Amino acid sequence: MLGDSITFPHLLIFFPLIAGLITFFLKKDSIVKVWAFIASLITLFISAASLYHADNAAYNGLTFNYEWLRYLGTSFSVSLDGVGRILTFLTAISFPIIFGATYKNEYKNSNVFYGLMLLAQCGLMGVFLATDALLFYFFWELALIPVYFLCSRWGGEKRIQATFKFFIYTFAGSLLMLVGIIFVYLHTAPTSYAPHSFAMNAFYNASLNHSQQNILFWLFFIAFAIKMPIFPFHTWQPDTYEQSPTAVTMVLSGIMVKMGLFALIRWLLPVFPLAVAKFDHVAIVLSIIGILYASLIAIQQDDLKRLVAYSSIAHIGLMSAAIFATKAIGLEGVIIQMFNHGINIIGLWIVIDLTEKQLGVRKISQLGGIATKAPVLTIALVVIAFANIALPLTNAFIGEFMMFSGLFEYNKWYAAIAGISVILAAVYTLNMVQKVFYGETNALTATVKEVSLNEKIVLAILVVLIFAIGIHPQPIFDLSKDTVSLLTKLVTR
Amino acid sequence: MNAIIFTAVWGIVMMFGGVFIKSKSTPKYLAIIGLIFILLANYCEIYRGKPFFVIDVKDALHFNSFSLTFITIILACTLLYFLLSGRDIEKVGEHVSEYFSLIFFVLCGACIAATFNTLLMLFIGIEIISIPLYILTGSDKRNLKSNEAALKYFLMGAFSTGIMLMGIAFVYGGNADVASFNITNINLGAGKMPTLIAVGLVFLLIAMSFKASAAPFHFWTPDVYDGAPTVFTSFMATIVKVAVFMAFIRLFEGAFGKVQQQWQALIVIITAATLLIGNITAVFQQSVKRMLAYSSIAQAGFMLLALFALNQQAKEGLVLYAAAYSLASIGMFAILLKMNDYTIDGFNGLIKQQPVLAVTAGIFLLSLTGVPLTAGFVSKFYMLLSAAQSVHFHWLIILAVLCAAVSAYYYFKIIQAIFFKENTTAQQTWDVTPAFKILLIITAALIIVLGLYPDIITEALHY
Repeated sequence: MLGDSITFPHLLIFFPLIAGLITFFLKKDSIVKVWAFIASLITLFISAASLYHADNAAYNGLTFNYEWLRYLGTSFSVSLDGVGRILTFLTAISFPIIFGATYKNEYKNSNVFYGLMLLAQCGLMGVFLATDALLFYFFWELALIPVYFLCSRWGGEKRIQATFKFFIYTFAGSLLMLVGIIFVYLHTAPTSYAPHSFAMNAFYNASLNHSQQNILFWLFFIAFAIKMPIFPFHTWQPDTYEQSPTAVTMVLSGIMVKMGLFALIRWLLPVFPLAVAKFDHVAIVLSIIGILYASLIAIQQDDLKRLVAYSSIAHIGLMSAAIFATKAIGLEGVIIQMFNHGINIIGLWIVIDLTEKQLGVRKISQLGGIATKAPVLTIALVVIAFANIALPLTNAFIGEFMMFSGLFEYNKWYAAIAGISVILAAVYTLNMVQKVFYGETNALTATVKEVSLNEKIVLAILVVLIFAIGIHPQPIFDLSKDTVSLLTKLVTR
Repeated sequence: MNAIIFTAVWGIVMMFGGVFIKSKSTPKYLAIIGLIFILLANYCEIYRGKPFFVIDVKDALHFNSFSLTFITIILACTLLYFLLSGRDIEKVGEHVSEYFSLIFFVLCGACIAATFNTLLMLFIGIEIISIPLYILTGSDKRNLKSNEAALKYFLMGAFSTGIMLMGIAFVYGGNADVASFNITNINLGAGKMPTLIAVGLVFLLIAMSFKASAAPFHFWTPDVYDGAPTVFTSFMATIVKVAVFMAFIRLFEGAFGKVQQQWQALIVIITAATLLIGNITAVFQQSVKRMLAYSSIAQAGFMLLALFALNQQAKEGLVLYAAAYSLASIGMFAILLKMNDYTIDGFNGLIKQQPVLAVTAGIFLLSLTGVPLTAGFVSKFYMLLSAAQSVHFHWLIILAVLCAAVSAYYYFKIIQAIFFKENTTAQQTWDVTPAFKILLIITAALIIVLGLYPDIITEALHY
């Protein structure tokens, strides 16, 4: 037995926190990198050990509760359940991959950089683990602060404006959610000390009538829609992705956008089922507009980072549409797809980062013929690109299939229109693969060298993950099944 | 009672001390020792229930856990203020001991304002706060701006004092059959208000809004705060401001709480105006000092939510707000005092020159914005929670949070300057001691601790 002590979910929050704080005080760059990498591996180990116990119903080491502000009815309660397990694992596995893939990148004040990265991991873990609404809000904001500093300090030329826009957008959305949380709180049952409670179950059973739900739905929805982001709340996203240092873009697109989707599943659907039934069409139509609009813009992009950013908006839009369709099969698809999207998009960023590091450009029109010079990089890219367009055998296929099934069950027209995105995704992804990696080399790309060993290892891990989940996705479904059954029960009540 | 007597006595000691003490730095130490002693005396009164003086005040003052906790907070914040900015008080002019003496008198007024039980004591408390401040505002005698600010402050203050007195007279007149100034004796009948009392209420509301710089009676604030020596602006915008708010909420809860429905709409208008004007004008300021002046108006808007709500959470929230806001603002002003250049560009690249100042300033600004993990978040949260319990005017809460998002805009402009911009102008000369840095770190740590465990303060209200 691995024992209770290493599977406590709060360890997933506190370990990156402490490791991050220690990083600030390390002086030597090489030590900082090794330390951050090892710390992220330990977090991964804790996460894996927790998943090992996930099936054991009698094992209660996966929840933790500490009375925090007693007279207010809030507690530090965290739990590893269903969708949370998968997303904490995604967070845990992404950081070593990111650190490994960007190991050669040099940062000024690297101790601060890596310290903030680990703090961001702590915040993200908190979001996925919290089963108390106030605690959830707490981590929701905390995850934002380190990322704000990371983008503004180490980003591209226009980083300050881009990040500022991102911060103000998400902060305004979060505050609206805070008001929503307070209103729901005031309609929850009393606890032994407090007149109301912030606990997740109290929120699920809050006595809200139809009209109250309708208003509160929007307060929460706007906050989540900005974070995901879906149309028309997405305008911060391409600029921020483009201007952030690539390691941070990976965190943002691989994990942070999942906060919005996760919050829909954990907090929006179960708490406001009546409002969801009323506004689901609006949310789905917005999502589908976003899918098509982002796909079409992605086709036009010449900048690799912006292309991937828009492709991410399209993918997230599909997940959001499938969530609002509230069909069991669609929800299962979304949950697995959140994990897959994280893996695939991090993979794409890694390839872009490796190319940009060597050549100093990321304009598609300036590249070409890299395949002849760097075959390993190219093979990895092709696999990741296939996953990005959800080819069978790759991880994203099963997720997309299930999401479309759910959407189809809900309304076949929506499924048909959203389905156009599959074709559009193939257009921009394959176009990018062809123009950047195949064709003739030019003066610039003739100098490309093959990637180094540690980068090969990272890419290999990603490729293995893509195929492994693509061929045998059942373990992930097993992890999330309790969430889906609970959710369908709550939504259809 | 301890705090009221001792602050007055120590004020006199400091005043006469100025005659005998020639050294410029001694008064600071004397003031700090006095304040520590007063804090201990106040502590004895709260937790031991043993006041040193048992004076029959004929119910003119009322001491309870709420007021005593509040007094502790303002005394502790003043202590921090002395420690952080004591050296800058010495630089203002020749009469250092007298400045400290005046601050002690303000504290005495603040203690009365936190414990008054009759309208006369309220008046006395507010005046004891105001008069020394007029002098402190004009203490930089050679500076025309300081003189102008003092005159403006005095005229406005005298004006609002007149309105307040008139309000008191109307309330007393409308209450003639009881013939009492006691705020709990005001005869409001079965939820109905006699016309005279209603007029008096409006006058009192206007007068208190003047003192608390709530819109639309705020227009003196930016000029006065800007003109006064920065070290006194820091005191006025924090400790004095929250003391006036305390008086404001005590007055309206004690005297007119029963007929809240009838005046709540007025408060809503004032709160909304304060939030909007404070935040929007702060966005356009180039001087950080003026920006903090406008942001203090904006923060007043949030504190007014407590007056709007008038419930248990509102009281707890106000006490928390007093602590959170004072700590962050005193810290921010202390840093500002060390700079030659008060514009936002003056903060450019502070992280490279003075990392400790930069990081603590970051924490203070995050707290003022209301980001989680800081005391500013918890206090804002309590305010929103208390206001949300009211059944009416839900739009006010949405307005408040949108204004908080606007405030992020101007606070983060300074954060950007500190952390992400390069300093292109000449290097500043820094007069920063290690002790000052340690105090800043302690202040920042207090903000985080309060952000994680606001119970430290709120539990005191439950004892």
